[in-house]
Amino acid sequence: MSDSKAQDRPLSPHLQVYRWEWTMLYSILHRMTGVGLAVGTTVLVWWLVAMAIGPGAFDLVQSFLGSIIGRLMLFGWTWALFYHLANGIRHLFWDAGMGFELETGRLTGHTVLASSVVLTVLAWVCGYAALG
Amino acid sequence: MAEFSLPANSKIGKGKTWAAAQGASRVRKFNIYRWSPDDTKTPTVDTYEIDLDDCGPMVLDALIKIKNEIDQTLTFRRSCREGICGSCAMNIDGTNTLACTKFIDEVKDEVNIYPLPHMKVVKDLIPDLNNAYAQLASIEPWLKTKSPPPPDKERKQSPEDRKKLDGLYECILCFSCATSCPSYWWNSDRYLGPAILLQAYRWLIDSRDEETGERLDNLEDPFRLYRCHTIMNCSKTCPKGLNPAKAIAEIKKMMIARQG
Repeated sequence: MSDSKAQDRPLSPHLQVYRWEWTMLYSILHRMTGVGLAVGTTVLVWWLVAMAIGPGAFDLVQSFLGSIIGRLMLFGWTWALFYHLANGIRHLFWDAGMGFELETGRLTGHTVLASSVVLTVLAWVCGYAALG
Repeated sequence: MAEFSLPANSKIGKGKTWAAAQGASRVRKFNIYRWSPDDTKTPTVDTYEIDLDDCGPMVLDALIKIKNEIDQTLTFRRSCREGICGSCAMNIDGTNTLACTKFIDEVKDEVNIYPLPHMKVVKDLIPDLNNAYAQLASIEPWLKTKSPPPPDKERKQSPEDRKKLDGLYECILCFSCATSCPSYWWNSDRYLGPAILLQAYRWLIDSRDEETGERLDNLEDPFRLYRCHTIMNCSKTCPKGLNPAKAIAEIKKMMIARQG
C-alpha cells in the first residue's frame, strides 16, 4: 500500500454508531448547561447594567424577562443552574476518588437529573408564592 | 476542534447482501463495516445472513465462519479467541468489546459490527493503532529504578503492595476503552486516553518503581491527563471489567497530593 493511500484512509464511525450510555448523556448535559449558564450570565449583566442606567432601561429588561419567552428562558437557566450545581457536586466526589463503580455512576447521574428537576420546580413555586 | 460528522471519504454507503444458505433454520443478520485500500470506493456496510444453528456462539465464530465459507475478503484481527490477546477488539452492537468473548445471543437483533470508533481504518475491521502504541511508549511502561538491585535476588514486593496492581495488570491493551472515549475521539493527538493512563497508573503505584515523580511530571499537562472529564464510557465498555476512569482519578489525586 502506498503512502498516499494511507492518507486517504477513512475515519471509522464514532458518534454515528456508539450506543448512548446514561453517563455519557449526563456528561454532555453538564457541558451544555455550562454553556447555557455562560450565556445566561450575559443576561444577568444586562439586567444589572440596565439597573445602573436608569428606570427606562430597567423596565425594558423587566418587560422582556417577564414575557412568556423571557420566563421560559429563565426557567431553562434555573434548571441549568441546578443541574450544573448538582453534577458539580458529583464531580467533587469523583475528584476524591469516590463513586466510580458502574452502578454508582449511573445512580448518581439519575439522582442529579431528578434533583435538578425537583429543585427547579420548587424554586419557581417558591418564586410565584412570594409574588403572591 | 471536535468534528462531529464523518469526513466525505468516510461516509458509509449500503453494501452487498449475502443471503443465508437454503434450509437455514435460525438466521441472524450481521451488518459489517467494509473498506478496502485496494479500490477507490468509500466505506459500506455489507450484510451476511448466518444460520446460528451452524455457527459457534461468539461473534468471532461468526466472523471466522464468514471468512471461511462466504467471503474471504473480510478482514479482521484475531488470535487467542479467549480474551487475553486483545486483537479482536471492535465495536459490536454499539459498544466496544472483544469479538471472541461477546456472545451472539447478547445482541438482541441484527449484529452491527464496526471497527473501533474514530480511528483511521487500515482495512475493514482493522484500525490503525500506531498512535496508540506511540502513546504507550511515551509513558515508558516498564520498571524504572535508581537504587542498585539486590545482588542475589529480585526486587521484592509485599503482598499488600502487590495487591495494588490488581485491576490494572489485567489490561490487555485492546484499546476498547480509549476508542469509546469522546475526549479521545476529539483529542487523540494530545490526550493519552484511558488505556494508556491506566497503564501509567499501574507503574505509578508499583512499590518497586523509583521514578514516580518523573512519571507524574510527564503527565502534568492540560491534555495528556486532564482531558478526562469522567464520561465513564471507558469503564462501561472494558471487556475485562477494569475501571480506567478510577485509575485516572487516582492519578489526578496523586498530582494534588504531591503539591503538599
